Amino acid sequence: MLEKALVGSRGYWRWLMVLGAVIVLGVIAYLYQFAFGLGVTGLSRNVTWGLYIAQFTFLVGVAASAVMVVLPYYLHDFKTFGKLTILGEFLAISAVTMCMLFIFVDMGQPTRVLNVMLYPTPHSLMFWDMVSLMGYLVLNTLISHVTLDAERNAVAPPRWIKPIIILSIPWAVSIHTVTAFLYSGLAARPFWMTAILAPRFLASAFSAGPALLILFCLVLRRLTRFDAGREPIQRLAIIVTYAMLINVFFVLMELFTALYSNIPEDAEHFKFLYVGLAGNATLVPWMWASAVLSVVALVLLVNPKTRHNETTLAAACVAVFVGLWIEKGLGLIIAGFEPSPLGQVTVYTPTLPEILISLGIYAFGLFLITVFYKIALSVRGQVAA
Amino acid sequence: MRERAWIFTGLAAFLALALAPVWQSALHGAARKPEPKIVTKAKQCVEPTAEMRRNHMELLNAWRDTVVRRGQRTYLAADGKTVTMSLSGTCMSCHPNKKEFCDACHNYLAVSPYCWECHIEPKEKS
Amino acid sequence: MGEDRRRFLKLAGLTALCAAGKGSLVRLAGAESPATGGAAKKKIRWAMVVDPRKCLEKEACTACIDACNHAHNVPAFDNPKHEVKWIWKEPFADAFLDQDVRYIDQALTTKPVFVFCNHCDNPPCVRVCPTKATWKREDGVVMMDWHRCIGCRYCMAACPYGSRSFNWEDPRPHIKQVNPDFPTRTKGVVEKCTFCDELLDKGQLPACVTACKEKALTFGDLNDPDSEVRRLLRSRFALRRKAGLGTNPEVFYLV
Repeated sequence: MLEKALVGSRGYWRWLMVLGAVIVLGVIAYLYQFAFGLGVTGLSRNVTWGLYIAQFTFLVGVAASAVMVVLPYYLHDFKTFGKLTILGEFLAISAVTMCMLFIFVDMGQPTRVLNVMLYPTPHSLMFWDMVSLMGYLVLNTLISHVTLDAERNAVAPPRWIKPIIILSIPWAVSIHTVTAFLYSGLAARPFWMTAILAPRFLASAFSAGPALLILFCLVLRRLTRFDAGREPIQRLAIIVTYAMLINVFFVLMELFTALYSNIPEDAEHFKFLYVGLAGNATLVPWMWASAVLSVVALVLLVNPKTRHNETTLAAACVAVFVGLWIEKGLGLIIAGFEPSPLGQVTVYTPTLPEILISLGIYAFGLFLITVFYKIALSVRGQVAA
Repeated sequence: MRERAWIFTGLAAFLALALAPVWQSALHGAARKPEPKIVTKAKQCVEPTAEMRRNHMELLNAWRDTVVRRGQRTYLAADGKTVTMSLSGTCMSCHPNKKEFCDACHNYLAVSPYCWECHIEPKEKS
Repeated sequence: MGEDRRRFLKLAGLTALCAAGKGSLVRLAGAESPATGGAAKKKIRWAMVVDPRKCLEKEACTACIDACNHAHNVPAFDNPKHEVKWIWKEPFADAFLDQDVRYIDQALTTKPVFVFCNHCDNPPCVRVCPTKATWKREDGVVMMDWHRCIGCRYCMAACPYGSRSFNWEDPRPHIKQVNPDFPTRTKGVVEKCTFCDELLDKGQLPACVTACKEKALTFGDLNDPDSEVRRLLRSRFALRRKAGLGTNPEVFYLV
């Protein structure tokens, strides 16, 4: 089926070439980082995880969100999502690949990365994160290949794929729970050590992921002959609405416990994010922007008129995605380190190499999605002339 | 056919590349077998020479894990003496000439062990 | 691609994966056992007792820091973000964030204290390391294996004391005076105080303890009731940093 990605319109190839250029820039920037060391980033002794791990954390959520179309369709026979499951699975593959790339570029000794597999350490959450991400990639690759192949041959998929698809549902929940456990088990970081972190991750995953899927469907309707239909998009919108409501509720819960108890080691991280701490207010405008975007998104989503209107829905989805990208990416990761365990606040600003490498990985993810969707839609005979 | 020129150019380029070892040796002279220079008066290394030549990599890896991960620092050499397991301290006390000893074979085989990124080699006497 | 060719490739791939994975499975089942530490038959538990009152009688004394940095080729970076430090001076209020320093004896709280890895009994950094590049020896020392570290910095996130440093760039050009008796590290690995395990294994004291002229640092075996550290802990009250977190640090600060 890969041969279907090799034929395409001029626009298709132009888009792939633009992405290719960004990828090449990212590779060059990475070679510079590989030669010099991670010192080319804005990271420091106090802020040891930044842009890369923030993107990884956010994208694990997007990867997990495929379950939001798979679960209703396969577990509850909700036929409405029939045309979307393959898109969700391809999004999952692309997102998980980006996750692993972001982890790879963050390693100090990337040539030794196989040590995680050569010396398995079950008491380390990072080991389980590797297991769950790899497993999820394998699962989704298998599922999407088998189901799409069956669709191409106009037969029903083989029966053994059904239990594997069912397995991918709890596995999707697990990849994000394990990632949350990376953070929520650390006594040293009170900002992260909260039981609500994993539920928060899942809520934001199930808002950002389906929001992105809606946007992809709208884009595909414009560029190809694939029309997801009004009903599936509206159902997804309802999922995004409820998930976003739960997510904002969770954030407010966190704010209450930290600010009402006023325990310094809990409250100070939130102060850093929303008003600044010790003269460092770099993230303050970002967090308030995220808050505004979330509120605007909720207003547009909860109101049926603006939810039914696909233009305002698209705006709401963009607001959800960007708002969560800020809050769950840089907001969550950096605030864990500010203040440090010794009370210091250190400025963190991503540097140009960091940004170029990140853009390169995002471009690679988009490249994968483009190729995958091209294959899927070609199989369905719905690519534009 | 018009493609004839391209085909023959491609073939020629491929042959030039594939036969590079042949015409490189003809031009520069065949690479001589490396002869690592031994400067120590000691009769033998911690293990017999033939074994060291074959297995010094495994020996060093075993030393590394034994010293770092098990905290055991002494090794019973083949001649019955006990030595401290240390690349810079023991191995390179008899073989301080990295360029003429270690690098002679490593360069010939295009192998670059990263030991010396951390382990300090003794200053070469020029 | 024909069906047979596809099946062959799938089988070949699966075989290769199993062959490669065998080592990991064996290691997982057998559980690598690091850590005997070459210790004596009776179990030793190393600990350090710091006497901040004896320390810094001489202003700006950095004997312990200099000794440690020289003994282990610890690099000195100008850029504070890339700082690598194994033992350093920290204001009392920052070293003991859970203490209100306003009314404690000023003789104690206005001088900086020396902080370093606490070699916890229940180390969170060891728990999170995905490759066992850091582990706890039987004699209590939390060790580092710089050959195995992949530089993920998870241990740095997990340490409640900020004891660990990362090599953000090649450290060699930044070492003031290279000590040929100890290796340097390379870029991309995490490092920290190791209680001078190479000296302990030779029966010697850590470099900082030997270097301190005021005898402010006492090192010894907690399991030996007659040791100097036990005597000191019996005679005076000692603080440990962030004791409530359950990490059980084995560095005690006499009050």
